Amino acid sequence: MIEVKNLTKRYGNHLAVSDLSFEIGEGEIYGFLGPNGAGKSTTMNIMTGCLAATSGEVKIGGFDIFENADKAKRLIGYLPELPPLYIDRTPWEYLTFVGRAKGLKGQELHDQIMNVCEVTKILDVAHRLIKNLSKGYRQRVGIAQALLGDPKVIILDEPTVGLDPRQIIEIRDLIRSLGETHTVILSSHILSEVQAICTRIMIISDGKLVACDTPENLERLFAGNVTIDLTVEAAQSEVAAMLEGLPVESAEYAEPSEEGRCSVTLSAASDAADELCRGIFYACAKADKPILQLATNRATLESIFIELTGAGSDDPDYIPPEQRLDEAEPENAEQTEEKSDEKEAAEE
Amino acid sequence: MNAVFRHELSSWRTNVVAYVFVAFLLLFGGIYTMVLCLRGGYANYEYVFYNMTFVYIITVPILTMRVISEERRQKTDQLLYSLPISMTKVALGKYFAMLVVLAIPVAILCVYPLVLRAFGNVYLPEAFSTALAFFLLGATLLAIGMFISSVTESQPAAAGLSFVVMLLLYFLTSLAEYIPTSAGASMVAYMITWLVLCLIIWAMTKNLFISAVLFIVGEVALLICANLFMSSFYNSFPTILAAISPFDRFYTFVTGVFDLTGIVYYITVIALFLYLSIQSLEKRRWS
Repeated sequence: MIEVKNLTKRYGNHLAVSDLSFEIGEGEIYGFLGPNGAGKSTTMNIMTGCLAATSGEVKIGGFDIFENADKAKRLIGYLPELPPLYIDRTPWEYLTFVGRAKGLKGQELHDQIMNVCEVTKILDVAHRLIKNLSKGYRQRVGIAQALLGDPKVIILDEPTVGLDPRQIIEIRDLIRSLGETHTVILSSHILSEVQAICTRIMIISDGKLVACDTPENLERLFAGNVTIDLTVEAAQSEVAAMLEGLPVESAEYAEPSEEGRCSVTLSAASDAADELCRGIFYACAKADKPILQLATNRATLESIFIELTGAGSDDPDYIPPEQRLDEAEPENAEQTEEKSDEKEAAEE
Repeated sequence: MNAVFRHELSSWRTNVVAYVFVAFLLLFGGIYTMVLCLRGGYANYEYVFYNMTFVYIITVPILTMRVISEERRQKTDQLLYSLPISMTKVALGKYFAMLVVLAIPVAILCVYPLVLRAFGNVYLPEAFSTALAFFLLGATLLAIGMFISSVTESQPAAAGLSFVVMLLLYFLTSLAEYIPTSAGASMVAYMITWLVLCLIIWAMTKNLFISAVLFIVGEVALLICANLFMSSFYNSFPTILAAISPFDRFYTFVTGVFDLTGIVYYITVIALFLYLSIQSLEKRRWS
């Protein structure tokens, strides 16, 4: 559906996107993931024809976005980072304009506007001025605009930023339902969100694509070693004896928090994890020592993300990825609060 | 284009600026009709239009200031870029919507000579041809204003800059009279004009090399021309200034001449500035 080849965008001396190539198939929800400033928005702007690339090409459904702009753009619905709304119009007037610009008229225009208003649930505010609408409703009007003209591809740039937890869940459900009939591409720097909605994840860092796969595959690919936290009501020497013969690669004993307990963090190859747990269970049962805690920690998307987007430590400008994300945060100071809300929502 | 045109038209309908624009023109139209035709007893309605040209200096910047800069400020230009419509259609749609706003007061003013005719002898062809020229003058200034709005991001900056440009155009001929008629003076004036143009090109493209090359080539060409045809430089700069003044073209119509070259001139300038506005919109995609 979408073909991006050797895309490069340079702002003066700053390389925003460098030699980016990927293909996007039909009927899936793609998550575009990357830290702030990784080139997500730039790539999306180029893909939708809002920005010209320094070099490279973008084809939508076989049409070049620069040379065959009209046909290519008809296949895309785009919601930029800031919903481009005329705040002194009503959603209905606004959608009428966008619909006409997309070549709809008469009854068809009316029907489609009705339809997108229903899908995005903005029918009851359709005749109020956009400037009086809440952020959540504005975002929906923005999405409604992208849906007009029934485009095959819907591109959403950070669609849930600045929304409250309930709105985020609603928008996610909406995106999920859109994914059934459209190809959806959404960008985000919120991992849980991408994990929750997307069927495919593209991780982009410093203008380069560093990974593209399903969330499960990514996790498997980057799983590597599994760590197991184990607490047993036994002495350290007894535990060490029990672990003998089990596929443990390393064991790190922690100071016991209470008398008569032993806590240890074990590391094992990911395919041996189940076997190890079984072994521990039987060994403890045999020795009549109760297991207080046995937890397996697989690599999360978060750690994959940090691993992939972090620069090598031999790089002189190296900043640990955790810090980098922290640094990026104050840029959206007003959104920080909402983001933490969002995490809570995700945890629910 | 239709979509943009209808959208713009309906946003003018709810925008107080459009009403102020119409009201201003009608107010001054009314005052001059009163003073010239009713009090002064002139049967020439074209004099009303003649006296009203200065109103454009204030009203045109007010109307054009938001037309493109507001899209930038609200980031709605991103929508326009992502929609399957060309920038040509966007610019034309916006421009024609402004022309409708301009046509309303001019059309209403055209009723006045018809009313006056009921009470005396008004020469209508002259009045209407002047009305047409008045409309074209306004249309030209709107095109210039729209271009200025397309290069700025804030409304006040667009309004201020347009106001200065309108003022300069209005006094262009009078200012030209201050330039000595000698060939040398014209030469110096050309060189300064070229310098200013190159500075503008530099400011807009941020490309020092190209603007410097343009500047040097232009100045050398001027010096060579000056050496070869010094005599033809005599008084040429003031003559050119007078010739490009849109207001001067309009005054020809007031004297009762239906000047076709004037109409061609207006349409050319409109086309030029529409073209520049489109390019300015396209340029945003590249930066």
